[in-house]
Amino acid sequence: MSAPILEVRGVTKAFGGVVANRDVSLAVQPGTITGLIGPNGSGKTTLFNSIVGQYPIDSGSILFEGREISRMSVQRIARLGMLRTFQQTRVFSKMDCIQNLMISLPHRQSGWKDMFRPHPPEVVEKAEHLLEFVGLHSKRRLPAGSLSFGQQKLLEFAMALMNEPKVLLLDEPTAGINPTLINGLIDRLKRANREFGITLFVIEHNMRVIMNLAQHIYCMAFGQVLASGSPAEVKDDPRVIDAYLGAHA
Amino acid sequence: MSGRSLGFHLALLAAGVAAPFVLPAHAVQFAVFWIMVLFALTWDTMGGQMGYNSLGNILFFGLGMYICALTQVGIVYNIAEYTAANGAIHIDFTNRQYFEGLALGVVFAAFGAMVVAAALSWALFGLRGPYFAIGTLGAAIAAAELTSAWDWVGGGQGIAMPVFPGGPGMRERFFYFACMAAAVACYLFLRWLYRTRFSLAINAIRDDEDKAEALGLHTGRYKMVAWSISAFFLGIAGALFGNMTGFVEPLETAYPTLTFGIYMVAMTLLGGKGTLWGPVIGATLFYTLRELTWTYLLGWQYIALGVLIMVNVIYFQQGIMGWVRSRRPAWFGVKVDEGRPPAAGARAAGAAGE
Repeated sequence: MSAPILEVRGVTKAFGGVVANRDVSLAVQPGTITGLIGPNGSGKTTLFNSIVGQYPIDSGSILFEGREISRMSVQRIARLGMLRTFQQTRVFSKMDCIQNLMISLPHRQSGWKDMFRPHPPEVVEKAEHLLEFVGLHSKRRLPAGSLSFGQQKLLEFAMALMNEPKVLLLDEPTAGINPTLINGLIDRLKRANREFGITLFVIEHNMRVIMNLAQHIYCMAFGQVLASGSPAEVKDDPRVIDAYLGAHA
Repeated sequence: MSGRSLGFHLALLAAGVAAPFVLPAHAVQFAVFWIMVLFALTWDTMGGQMGYNSLGNILFFGLGMYICALTQVGIVYNIAEYTAANGAIHIDFTNRQYFEGLALGVVFAAFGAMVVAAALSWALFGLRGPYFAIGTLGAAIAAAELTSAWDWVGGGQGIAMPVFPGGPGMRERFFYFACMAAAVACYLFLRWLYRTRFSLAINAIRDDEDKAEALGLHTGRYKMVAWSISAFFLGIAGALFGNMTGFVEPLETAYPTLTFGIYMVAMTLLGGKGTLWGPVIGATLFYTLRELTWTYLLGWQYIALGVLIMVNVIYFQQGIMGWVRSRRPAWFGVKVDEGRPPAAGARAAGAAGE
């Protein structure tokens, strides 16, 4: 097994007296799709927030490509190539879809002079292709705020792809999406992983989706990692079933 | 620029050039009109395009005014002696001294205000929403108080500005064209700026700053530059306005937070924030109404303006351009477009099956 692209080592994060993550350790291998499941309130989103630099962690260590990032700002981590999407979609609501994508260009090397550059035609073209990829091409000149929740989710996914991240953290990508669209989305996630080479780390409640998508799954409960393994192993793990059905006490 | 748009701009420019000759008695009013356009345009860069409602932009106007005044006096005389005399000292400037001082003063004012904006941005851009508004207002009020207490710059007594050399009517016309040039330059600059990546970035900050950060955007950098640009043009406006009034003092002329400071916001909201023409239209309408009420409703003028502002923010929040946009979205490029993307090349080729 090669070195993990993202490694979380013994991370603890508390809000006042509530310990949201306790000594969490996990690893994401480059090029894979890794799943993160667990009941509501088990600390999954908190862990995502800690990984991308939103919350300062209390203890532990987070390594991205072998580099310590637990003290870096959100912007810096994003520029290193690790991005997240939000559970409640966040798009730039008054800007149209094309503009939403154009501003999502990677800001890795952007210097002071680039602030005043006009938009090169390749960027517009790439934005159009990605909108086509997620099926929003006909809406490209509509303000993002006028799209439905599911469409905004797709737009947010396209924005993430535009940014060309190495690792993309997706927080419930299928929540609120029309069931008939879910298969299309799973397909696109797999293609993003395979064709664009983006490592995916996905929080998901829909078991059918995550079993279909991920090669490796971590299950959290009460702020701790409860179990991990292949989808089949995790699905049959009695501790996971207990956690979901509430027998765990 | 299309032919029609170019014709429209040239017609406005011609009207602007003709105004002080057609109605020479109103040249000063017209000059102040251009200052109002500058106020609204620069406020909108922050408040409209970037979503940061500054109540203290007047700070840069006042700073520009003082920097220019001190430069003009300072190049020929000892500033401390001049201000200590409370206007008793009269300096006879040669034409050359006057115009050199003015030119240098305007340049220093613009860059000085810009540097202060950049420095202040480190302190104030950690604030968002109402906290930013109050923080900037505090900065403007503090600047007025500090200036009042600082004797070297004339304190509360102010500074008598150098007298314009030239015959009757020359001064008004000169400053009219200087103000117009500044406003037109600001308009053209913003027109260009709003077509670069910069405008998308500040719009993104307006719509969701956390998301912009999550994408790796250098938000702090954009905010600092946006404010510095506003300050640059406001510094020029202040430098020119101080010379037009002929006397500079802190509370009424340089840092009038309750009049000019509020007009900036009111004009932009009236015209429609977040658009290039909204502030220009808002400034035109607001300033015309202001001058009319001062002429015909004297004594009630502030009440009339207050009512206008209230009606605007309660019943007509989107402003004139915003209203046009909601009625005719297609004029602003908002549409459902079924056209296919350009020849699907590379990697994202073809739609994924659904």
